[in-house]
Amino acid sequence: MSMNRRTLIKAVAAGGALMSLGVLVPRLALAAWVKEAFEAKEQSAAIKALYGGDAPAESADVVLDAPDIAENGAVVPVTVSTSLANVESMSIFIESNPSPLAAQFIIPEGTKADVSTRVRMGKTTNVTAVVKADGKLYSATKEVKVTIGGCGG
Amino acid sequence: MGIMKVKAKARGGNTDVKMMAKHVMETGQRKDKSGNTIPALFLSEIEVKHGDKVVFIANLGPAVSKNPYFSFSFAGGASGDTLELSWKENTGKSGTETAEIR
Repeated sequence: MSMNRRTLIKAVAAGGALMSLGVLVPRLALAAWVKEAFEAKEQSAAIKALYGGDAPAESADVVLDAPDIAENGAVVPVTVSTSLANVESMSIFIESNPSPLAAQFIIPEGTKADVSTRVRMGKTTNVTAVVKADGKLYSATKEVKVTIGGCGG
Repeated sequence: MGIMKVKAKARGGNTDVKMMAKHVMETGQRKDKSGNTIPALFLSEIEVKHGDKVVFIANLGPAVSKNPYFSFSFAGGASGDTLELSWKENTGKSGTETAEIR
């Protein structure tokens, strides 16, 4: 009797969890989170997993604004902007982090290609912004020196 | 109680959005005192909609700082309009919140 009751409770709990998932998940159907890109350990592999195909070309039209020296690697302000037309997405890579891809921003038509955020850096390394515009990849890289790493315990 | 703090201001035909999510952004790299890995818990997706139009999507990894902050700007939007913000964690947990353009 007690076993049956337990089984029943378990079944009800599992069903409830499934239902709430079913209701909530579809709202974010547009945003594709590319697991292989976010989990890649090498920057080149992460870029390839996210965009496929060719490596991005260095471009003066991509502006990466980040500090020369970040005292606190846990909070490094980064702004990516570009004057390029038809921007589809912009992403931020931190070369020496355990997983280099930090964030990818989808820029729909009508949204300015100018996004700011804050990222974690484990140590001094290159930060690269990659912009996809008109189907092509462009990038800008800057070294940021980190005084206190942001990935420690 | 939502996790998103949003300041959205309509100005000169554009809407400037600054938003911060209250979130630990646990990387999955850290260990607790007994040496056990603290499991990753981070916001992986944020989507912002103005009416039916998606105006911003952020796909995030755990390298985004604790209490993630973003600023962006989109064409259109008027004072009093509603923005809809949907978020999702790497665990699958999700939520939708709204904010008013000032």
